[in-house]
Amino acid sequence: MNQAITNSDDSMTELDRLSELTSDVLRRCKAKGASEVDLGFGVDVGLNVSVRLGKVESIEHNRDRGLSLTVFFGKRKGSASTADLNPDSIEKTIEHACAIARHTEADPCNGLADADLLAHDFPDLDLWHPWQIDIEAATNLALRCEAAGREHDPRISNSEGATVQIGSSLGVGATSHGFFSRERDTRHMVSVALLAEDEAGMQRDYWYETVRCADDFPDVAVIGRKAAERTVARLAARKLSTRQCPVLFSAPVARSLLGSFISAVSGGVLYRKASFLVDHIGKPVFPSFVNIIERPRLARGLASANFDSEGVATRDSDLVRDGHLSRYVLGSYSARKLGLTSTGNAGGVHNVLVSHGELDFAGMLKRMGTGLLVTELMGQGVSLLTGDYSRGASGFWVENGEIVHAVDEVTIAGNLRDMYANIVDIGSDVDRRSHLLTGSILLERMTIAGS
Amino acid sequence: MSEMIALAENRLLRPGGLAASDLDRVFSRLMSPAVDSADLYFEHSRSESWMLEDGLVKEGSHSIEQGVGIRAQSGEKTGFAYSDDIVMPALLEAAGSARAIAREGAAGSGKALAVTSARALYPALDPIDSMSSEAKVRLLNEIDAYARSLDSRVREVIVSISATVDTLLVAASDGTLAADVRPLVRFNVQVIAEQNGRRESGGCGGGGRYDLVELLKDDRARRIAREAVRSALVNLDAVDAPAGNMTVVLGPGWPGVLLHEAIGHGFEGDFNRKGTSAFSGSMGQRVAARGVTIVDDGTLAGRRGSLSVDDEGTPSQCTVLVEDGIMKGLIQDKFNARLMGMKATGNGRRESFAHLPMPRMTNTYMLAGQHEPDEILRSVKRGLYAVNFGGGQVDITNGKFVFSASEAYLIEDGKITRPVKGATLIGAGSEVLKQVSMIGNDLKLDEGVGVCGKDGQSVPVGVGQPTLRIDNLTVGGTAA
Repeated sequence: MNQAITNSDDSMTELDRLSELTSDVLRRCKAKGASEVDLGFGVDVGLNVSVRLGKVESIEHNRDRGLSLTVFFGKRKGSASTADLNPDSIEKTIEHACAIARHTEADPCNGLADADLLAHDFPDLDLWHPWQIDIEAATNLALRCEAAGREHDPRISNSEGATVQIGSSLGVGATSHGFFSRERDTRHMVSVALLAEDEAGMQRDYWYETVRCADDFPDVAVIGRKAAERTVARLAARKLSTRQCPVLFSAPVARSLLGSFISAVSGGVLYRKASFLVDHIGKPVFPSFVNIIERPRLARGLASANFDSEGVATRDSDLVRDGHLSRYVLGSYSARKLGLTSTGNAGGVHNVLVSHGELDFAGMLKRMGTGLLVTELMGQGVSLLTGDYSRGASGFWVENGEIVHAVDEVTIAGNLRDMYANIVDIGSDVDRRSHLLTGSILLERMTIAGS
Repeated sequence: MSEMIALAENRLLRPGGLAASDLDRVFSRLMSPAVDSADLYFEHSRSESWMLEDGLVKEGSHSIEQGVGIRAQSGEKTGFAYSDDIVMPALLEAAGSARAIAREGAAGSGKALAVTSARALYPALDPIDSMSSEAKVRLLNEIDAYARSLDSRVREVIVSISATVDTLLVAASDGTLAADVRPLVRFNVQVIAEQNGRRESGGCGGGGRYDLVELLKDDRARRIAREAVRSALVNLDAVDAPAGNMTVVLGPGWPGVLLHEAIGHGFEGDFNRKGTSAFSGSMGQRVAARGVTIVDDGTLAGRRGSLSVDDEGTPSQCTVLVEDGIMKGLIQDKFNARLMGMKATGNGRRESFAHLPMPRMTNTYMLAGQHEPDEILRSVKRGLYAVNFGGGQVDITNGKFVFSASEAYLIEDGKITRPVKGATLIGAGSEVLKQVSMIGNDLKLDEGVGVCGKDGQSVPVGVGQPTLRIDNLTVGGTAA
């Protein structure tokens, strides 16, 4: 069974086929009376190989196809999608989108993106790197990753397994006002989750790496060992008594603070006035040393794209300058609702980078001195409307810059408004496994609820 | 059931020129001496939703998903492939990929297919067509006006209605042949209210496995709107939640999300087989206080989490998980049940044909006790009364779980006093139910809005419980 998984040779042929389908659907929507049309075809192909305790656990072949379609009849809108590309389903999808648009109500803000914002040049962002690996080699990688973790520490008692994921995506998009794109990209991942046990009970943790090009993976044994270190470090965790203290969000969880900020300045919650950051353009949100920039066209970036989901060209642009909010995150609809212009963020942000100071992770621990290092967050207790924040957390109690013991079963609470304003420092330990790139973030204080 | 098979065959197989009798050919490609079991899962799903915002029904969408998932299992190994094309060549190709998990061996065959008999818990109808598009648009507008008329502090109203129908056919090498048509509908109202510059939100929804007429009867849409407005207004006056350990009284119904997180996930067969659950090896031991009995029940007619048959063709059942505080049963699919030498419990579920089935909950709830809800509240000197929640999450391995209150009140000297802001509650699954000291006589199931996520797969579920007093739970507020 040594077939190659991702066959780079036929991606161009497949894109040609999708392009033809795209033009065909565009034509048929116009024939049904749609005044404007926006559509996209996508094909995702992948292979997931999982091993557990040294044996193959599952081999999954994925092939997802889909069409998503939006039509406008004047200012009325209808959407439909199908996850199978049989002619019958495509025809029904066109019919349903048009039928829905006959019943929805006219909204003056509806419509395609402004034509002068559309992307016309498509530089190569270096996103297409099919991983030429067969099932056996992928299995061996997963086995080596898990084994490195299990052998790393005698307290590792069990495993949830290691997985190698190989993926590629093709997409063709078009609008009735002249936008046409053909894109292809790849994304691969190696992950492992391990368990450790002592007299106090079991703990689980994991590690993963995700890349556009398999050459960028570290040795898989490094991933396994990192998972093992994280897992055993959590053993003998204790609760803390209820208190207020400084909190350091490790880089992987600091990402969620950045994510909440992006959500709170995104169009949908702004025009509904459902964000605590409504009307904050030009106002301070963070301390003056914080700068946040969106860089959508980074080579091999995990969310790199030349255009957004409406075809609007992307470009580098500040989100936060010297702590002040520079702009919102908008697609065409929310931009029109707010009387602004699209920022090329229909469908979300691309790569977002937070500025950082000189200190590495150890330096950040020292800077905090005594407080809680948070390495995992649980639950959804974040309100974008009020900024109220209350989530489950686990991590480590730190005294004089040194980890004293693991902590779990506590909550951390505050308000995002104060949390952002009271950032003390941001570390240089940037986590590069996401399109939201930040180092660890130190907050002045939060309320810890525990025993 | 054979009527159901005919219906599913018609929708799923016939368009590609296939019949159930042709599936032998796929099994002979799929089976070998090294393959213990295999199944084919054909699915067609169609959904529609409408959304009103700013007083306009501005969004409507429709989606179709169709395909076949093919799985082969050998010992603890699983091979899986799927196709959105339900024709013989695509089936054979996917079968070839799936059986690659067991490398050697000659071709084999499955047992002769025999129709599984199961009682129908919901009608085999397509709820999308149970109401015209005009009527849906009219309803959303009516409810918008109604919600705004309830209180002048209401600023934003979002109303949505959605309907789905899922048709599936399962054929397995153990001879199972089963089909199901599953309607699912939902109505939701979200409001933002404002007072003296402060804005707070409230929401409510409901639904189940029936058509839209059934969903809307007894003025349910208005009831949902009233509840959404009421909860937003309550939050306008909420003060900071307390922080620390205290007695918590949970209201009936949706707060049963506690059981889903604290107990349910840890009782799923896969985690117990692998020994990764905090409850692994606790069968027969005390995991909750006396009087606590918890079941997972897929057999309730019309409920959101109910299934006539699960996604492996096993009829659903009511499984006792905890009886009088003792761990009694697990939530099982066929694969984990076989490896553990147990019986499948009708909990093999998958998000779609493109996902592998796993043991998943259906409707999980605690049976009623003897106490009047008032009596429970009166017994608390100082504590928190939490009546509504957002989502929850659990770490299966150490058993720590959280769930976030969206409506809660302080209890002072046995009386409900002020509303407090939503706070996250945190505890350990193996400990929290040992702290249950009073169980109400007011068992209630939720309104039909639950979605459970596991390994990236979402499935609809239900929860429920009576009013509960928990003596010691950590409340994650900010007030000292």
